[in-house]
Amino acid sequence: MIQSIDHAILLPAYLAAGTAVLVFVADLVTPRRAVSLSLGVLGALAVIVAAVRAPQGRRTFCLPEGCSYVYDKQAAVVAVAFAALTAIVLVLSATTRAEPGEYSFLLACSMTGGVVLGAAGDLITLIVGLETLTLPLYALVALRRGIRSAEGALSLFVVSVIATAVALFGAALVYATFGGVHLDQLAKATPTAQLVPVATLGAVLLIAGLAFKVAAVPLHGWAPATYDGAPLPVTAYLSTASKLGGVIALLLVSGALLDVRPTTRAVLAVLAVATMTVGNLGALRQTRMVRLLAWSSIAQAGYVLAALVVSGPAAVAYTLFFVIMEIVAFGVVIAARNDGDGGRIADYRGLARRSPWLAGALVLALAGLAGLPPGFAGLFAKFTVVQALVDGHWTWLAVIVVLNAVLALAYYVRVGATLFADSDEAPTPIRWPITAALAIATALALVVGFLPQWVLSAVGY
Amino acid sequence: MILIALLALPALGALLAFLPGRTGRLAATCAAGLTFGLSLRLYSTDSGYWYEFDRAWVPALHLRFHLGIDGISWPLVVLTTLLTLLCCLYSLWKTPDNRLIGLLLALQVGLLGVFVALDLVLFFVAFEVVLLPMFAIIAGWGGPKRRHAARKFVLYTLLGSMLLLIGVVLVINQTGTADLARPAGTASLAAFVFLALGFAVKAPLWPLHSWLPDAHSEAPTVGSVLLAGVLLKLGTYGLIRVAIPVAPDGAREAAPVLAALAVGAILIGGLICLAQKELKRLIAYSSVGHMGFVLLGIATMTATGLQAALIGNLAHGLITGLLFFLVGALKDRTHTGELSELGGLRESSPQLAGLLGFAALASLGLPGLAGFWGEAFAVIAAAQRGWWLAAVLAAVGGALAAAYLLRLLRKVTHGPSTLKLTGPAGYELAAWAPLVVLTVAVGLAPLLVTGVTGPAVDALVEAFTK
Repeated sequence: MIQSIDHAILLPAYLAAGTAVLVFVADLVTPRRAVSLSLGVLGALAVIVAAVRAPQGRRTFCLPEGCSYVYDKQAAVVAVAFAALTAIVLVLSATTRAEPGEYSFLLACSMTGGVVLGAAGDLITLIVGLETLTLPLYALVALRRGIRSAEGALSLFVVSVIATAVALFGAALVYATFGGVHLDQLAKATPTAQLVPVATLGAVLLIAGLAFKVAAVPLHGWAPATYDGAPLPVTAYLSTASKLGGVIALLLVSGALLDVRPTTRAVLAVLAVATMTVGNLGALRQTRMVRLLAWSSIAQAGYVLAALVVSGPAAVAYTLFFVIMEIVAFGVVIAARNDGDGGRIADYRGLARRSPWLAGALVLALAGLAGLPPGFAGLFAKFTVVQALVDGHWTWLAVIVVLNAVLALAYYVRVGATLFADSDEAPTPIRWPITAALAIATALALVVGFLPQWVLSAVGY
Repeated sequence: MILIALLALPALGALLAFLPGRTGRLAATCAAGLTFGLSLRLYSTDSGYWYEFDRAWVPALHLRFHLGIDGISWPLVVLTTLLTLLCCLYSLWKTPDNRLIGLLLALQVGLLGVFVALDLVLFFVAFEVVLLPMFAIIAGWGGPKRRHAARKFVLYTLLGSMLLLIGVVLVINQTGTADLARPAGTASLAAFVFLALGFAVKAPLWPLHSWLPDAHSEAPTVGSVLLAGVLLKLGTYGLIRVAIPVAPDGAREAAPVLAALAVGAILIGGLICLAQKELKRLIAYSSVGHMGFVLLGIATMTATGLQAALIGNLAHGLITGLLFFLVGALKDRTHTGELSELGGLRESSPQLAGLLGFAALASLGLPGLAGFWGEAFAVIAAAQRGWWLAAVLAAVGGALAAAYLLRLLRKVTHGPSTLKLTGPAGYELAAWAPLVVLTVAVGLAPLLVTGVTGPAVDALVEAFTK
C-alpha cells in the first residue's frame, strides 16, 4: 500500500530533528559554546514559526482505522510550547559547565520527541515520541559530573524503564482487547464483555506508566534526587518540558479511554489526590531550593491530574500556566546561583536587597505557583481547574484541590519571606543571556496573567 | 471610566513607590490623596448604580471587568481611601519606607476592587489581591512574633478564600452567570454555605476568628488600622453583596445559624475581652464582638438589619481604626502593651488619655457617637424578626462591651503614673482628627450614611424577597 505523506504538517518535526543534526555537525566543525547554543535557539525559533504556520486540522500516515499523525490546534500549541521551552532553557544554559555541543544536541532531540508527541494519533507514535523526549534526559542529567548527578541519572533511568515497561504492557493489553492502537478507534470501540476487565487493566497500567513522566505518586521518588543532582537548566527542562510531555501523553490516552472505562477516571482521581497531597507534604520539610521546587512540582502535577479527570483542555491550560511560572522560578535560581547547584533556601536570604529584580521575579513565580496575585496566571490556572471539576460534578475533588492550595502556600510564603530577610552578602553578577531569558519568561508570565484567555482559547477550554 | 481611575490611581501609586528616596514616598502618598478625592467625587443619591463599567476579560472563566458603585459600596470605598491616605501620611513620618507605602497602595487596589466589582469572578480576584500585601505588611514591619502571626493570617485567610472560590464556581455552575448587578438568585444552599464560610473567616465570625488576635497584636499600627478598618469589612460586604443576593433561599435557611453564631461572637468576644491582659489583643477581640453585631444585622435579612450592618461596618472602621492608631501611639511611647504595666495616662499625657477615652466610649456604643446606631438597630432588627432571645443576648453583649472598655480605661488612664510621655505629635493628630470628626458626625447624623445606603438596601431587599 502506498501512503501519501503530508510533509507540510511534518515540517515542525523535520525542523526539530534538523536542528539536532545541525547542532551536532556544527559542533564537529566549530566546537564553541556560543555557536552550539545559538544554533539550537535558532532551530527552536524556526520550529515555533513552522508550528504556527503549518496547516492545522490535517492528518497523515493514515490507515483505514485512523491516522498516526494528527496535526490539530493542540498539536500546534504543544509544538510551540516545547520549542519555546527548549529555546529558553538553551539560553539559560549560557554558563552551564557541560559539553555545549552534546548538550544542545540532546535538548534538540528531546524537543523533537515533544513535537511528535503532540501530534501522535496512535499509541505507538505516542510512546515513541515520549521516549524520544525522555531518553536524552538521562544523559543530560548526568552531565554535571559528581556522585549526586550520577545517582540522579540512575534513579531516573531505572524508574523510567520500569514505567515504560508498564506503559507498554498496558498498551499491549489495550491492543489485544480493542484490536487497534489508533486513538480515534479506541475512543469509539468497546471490547466484548468478557474482555472488559483486561481492557480496564490495560488502560490503568498505561495511565500508571505514563504518570511516571509527570512524577505522579507513587512513581514520584525519582524527582527530588534527580532535580537536585542535574545541572540547573536541565532541571528546569525536566520540570517543565518533560512534565508537559507527560501531561500530553496522559491527555491523549485518557481522552481515548476515559469514556469507555469509568474505572480509569477513578484511578486518575486517586492518583491526583495522592500526588498533590504527598507533593505538598514533602515540600513542607525541604531545606534545599531545588528539592522544594521538585516536591512542589509533584504537587502541581496532582492538580493537573485532577483536571484531567474531567477536562483535557483544563489540564493543558493548567500545565501551560504552570510551566511558565516554573521556568521563571528556575530562571531566578539559575541567575542567583551562577552555575552552582540550587543551594539551600537559606542561601537566598536577602536576595531582595542584593538583586531586587530577581527577588521580584521569584515572588511573582512563587505567588503564581501558589495561585495568588500578583501571579495572576497561577490564580487563573487554579480557577480553571476548580471550575472544570465543579462543572464536571467532582466538587469533592475540587475541595481537595483548594485545601492543598492552602497547604502549599505554607512553604511558598516561607521561601518568599526568606528573600526579604536581612543579609549582607554581595550581589553576584548575572550574564546577559540569562537576564534576557529570564526577562522574556517573566514578561510572558505577566502577559498571560492579564490575558489568560489567550492560553484558554489556544487549548480550547 | 472614573471607576477605572479609582483602581488605576493606587496601582500607579504603588509603582511610583519604587522611585528612590523621598520622591517615591511623596508620589505614592499623593496618589493616595488623589484616590481619596476621586472617591468623594463619586458621590450621588441615585438608587441604582451610580457608575458602571463593563468589558469582557476572560470569557472562558466568566470573568468580566465589570465595575459599579452604589449606595452600599460607596461608604466603604470612602472609608478605604480615607484610611489608606491616613496610613500613608502616618507612615510618611513614622516609618518612612517606600516599600511599606507601596504595599499600602497595592492593598488598596485589592480592597477597592472588591468593593466595586460587579462580577463574581472579578470579586474573587480582587479578594485574593489583598492577601499577599497584608502578609508582607505584617511580616515586614510587625512585632517580635510577626513571622508566625503573618503566616497564620495568610494561611487562615487563604483557606477562607479557597472556600469562597468553591462557592463562586458553584454559583456560576448553578446559575450560569457571574453577574452581581443582576444576580439570578437561584444558587443552592451548598453554594451559600461555601460563600458564607469564606466570608466568615474574613469577617471573622466566631469560631473562625483565631487568626485575628495574633495578626493584630503583631501587625504594625498601619497594618492593624487597615486590617480592622477595612479588611474585616470584606467579609460582611461579601455577605451583603454576594452571598445573600445570589443564594437568597439558601441564606434564609442558614440565617438562624448565622444569627446564633453572631450572638455567640458578641458574647464570647466580650467575655474574652474582659480577661485580656494585652491592649492590642483586647481591641482585636473587641472587633470579633462588633462584627458579631454586623453579622446579626445581616442575618435578619431585613432592610433595617442590613442598614444596621452597613452603618455598623462603617462605624467600626472609623472607631477601631482610631483605637488602633491610639494604641499604636501608646505602645510606641511605653514599649509595652501589657495592661498591668500601663497606668496613669491621665497624668502623663492628658491628650492621649482623652482621645482614648473618646474612642473607647464610641466603641462601647455610646448614643451620639457612630458606634451606637449599628448595634442598636441590629438588636432592633433581630427583635422585629422575632428573634427575641438573640436580641436580648446581643444587648447583654453590648453591656459586656461597656464593661471591658471601662476596665481598659481604668487600667490605662488611672492609677499611678509610671512614665513620662510625650503628647501626640502633629502628624499623629492629623491622622486621627478626621476619624474623630467622622465618628461624631455619623453619631449625630446617621442620615449621612443611611441616606446614601437606604435606596440601595431597599432595592437589594426587594430583589431577594420577591
